[in-house]
Amino acid sequence: MKSTLLTAVAALLVAGSAMAQDMVRMGTEGAYPPWNFINDSGDVDGFERELGDELCKRAELNCEWVTNEWDSIIPNLVSGNYDAIIAGMSITDERDEVIDFTQPYTPPDPSNYLAASDSADLMGGVIAAQTGTIQAAYVAESGATLVEFATPDETIAAVQNGEADAVLADGSFLAPIAEQNGDLMIVGDAVALGGGVGMGIRESDGDLKGKFDAAIQSMKDDGSLNALIEKWEVSTQW
Amino acid sequence: MFGYCTDPSALEGLAWLACYLTNGKHLTAYASIGTVLLLLAITAPTALTFGFVGASAARSRIAPLRWLGQGYTSIVRGVPDIVFFLFFVIALDQAFEWMRHQVLCPDWNQPVRQGNDFVVCAAAKLPLSTSPQWIHEVYGFFLAVLTFAIVFGAFAANVLFGAMRAVPKAQLETAEAYGMTERQTFWRILVPQMWVFALPGLSNLWMILVKATPLLFLLGVEDIVYWARELGGTKGRIFDYPHPDWRLWYFLALLVFYLSLTQVSEVVLARLTRKLSRGQATFAGEAQRKAAT
Repeated sequence: MKSTLLTAVAALLVAGSAMAQDMVRMGTEGAYPPWNFINDSGDVDGFERELGDELCKRAELNCEWVTNEWDSIIPNLVSGNYDAIIAGMSITDERDEVIDFTQPYTPPDPSNYLAASDSADLMGGVIAAQTGTIQAAYVAESGATLVEFATPDETIAAVQNGEADAVLADGSFLAPIAEQNGDLMIVGDAVALGGGVGMGIRESDGDLKGKFDAAIQSMKDDGSLNALIEKWEVSTQW
Repeated sequence: MFGYCTDPSALEGLAWLACYLTNGKHLTAYASIGTVLLLLAITAPTALTFGFVGASAARSRIAPLRWLGQGYTSIVRGVPDIVFFLFFVIALDQAFEWMRHQVLCPDWNQPVRQGNDFVVCAAAKLPLSTSPQWIHEVYGFFLAVLTFAIVFGAFAANVLFGAMRAVPKAQLETAEAYGMTERQTFWRILVPQMWVFALPGLSNLWMILVKATPLLFLLGVEDIVYWARELGGTKGRIFDYPHPDWRLWYFLALLVFYLSLTQVSEVVLARLTRKLSRGQATFAGEAQRKAAT
């Protein structure tokens, strides 16, 4: 038993030694259409997939996509399980203390309330939001009662089954849902939250941040970023 | 999968369903059933081994070994599973990387801990960031098996420890009277007889293990519960096969899967109990002997 353990550890220690710097693992959630989602063939797809692939091409990096639960997406980045977060993550001061952000690739996406009726009490009622999002922080401060859910889907389900009066989330995520469900509607005014959406990078990884910053800038300059935003209807234009 | 699936929006009824249930995402989900079964098949014997070693250590006459065995069972049993799966695994992964870092990059001059970041040299990464995705998945799977084995091994150790003490003293004393050494008594008398006492406890553990697999997603291993949630969630118009919230149906399928797995386990365990009771100095063994004569 002991010897097999030792052999296993030894095998781990010597396994592989080749390396190439230009391999970048991109971590995303895969549950937030149209930003990122798993498409019908089982691959990561969406605005950020297309954007990320283009950024990697411009920065001459070799990118690989991985999915990770939203709850543990930052711990796994700082622990080195992937090299960048590209998951519709808004740039906030709290997050900036733990990780670094590239420059934003979309302006702040206005957040909306989605409710089952016009008369939902947005300031004093029960509002659903995804755990650890800027919307959750905003609801907590607005005076409404916050109920948090691990996935975006569950926040919608909470409104449908009456557990919450409304859900607060990115407008681009809620718009198609309101369109398809006759009994759900966007209510109240849009709220502008956060400092735009950027890629999360480890603080010690300044090189990578620089490369992505440059790539995002070049996409902003030639208008291809605006074209992508328009195609996936994720936010406002630059 | 089928030739007529090229344009899903033109399909209706059963044809649509057939294409929907055989798209790439569903095939991946079906494969995850295999992942779960494979995990169970590897974890159960590994955990049992951990448990056996732990129990043997806990009843050892050498004090440090005994402390080790008792410490392992009491500490691991007291820590919540979710803590193990969130923190212990990241720590384990970092420990492996740190060891490789010491061996492979002796002239690295930056600190490994930089603020929140854990930074080792590229060659010490585990798996290497250049490795294909399947290696990352196999590594995640390996970490999952190891963590499950450590957690469930502690419970199994406690069950086996109790089972070892339940073997009638007279049996051991008789063995001694026949001139068997301590080692012989352990392997020839104690171990063969203890299983029947351990089985009820071990079967409980097995049932809990079967249901614990959703913890896998914390490690990035996508199991059937993850897929049921992902596939069942509302699919808007950007998907080829849009549908409303179908999680209820997917979770019903999960229910059927888990209930069948439980049923199969029950049958196998009942058979095992019968087999292990044969010739034992227990009520069941005695009843079998009487029925045979």
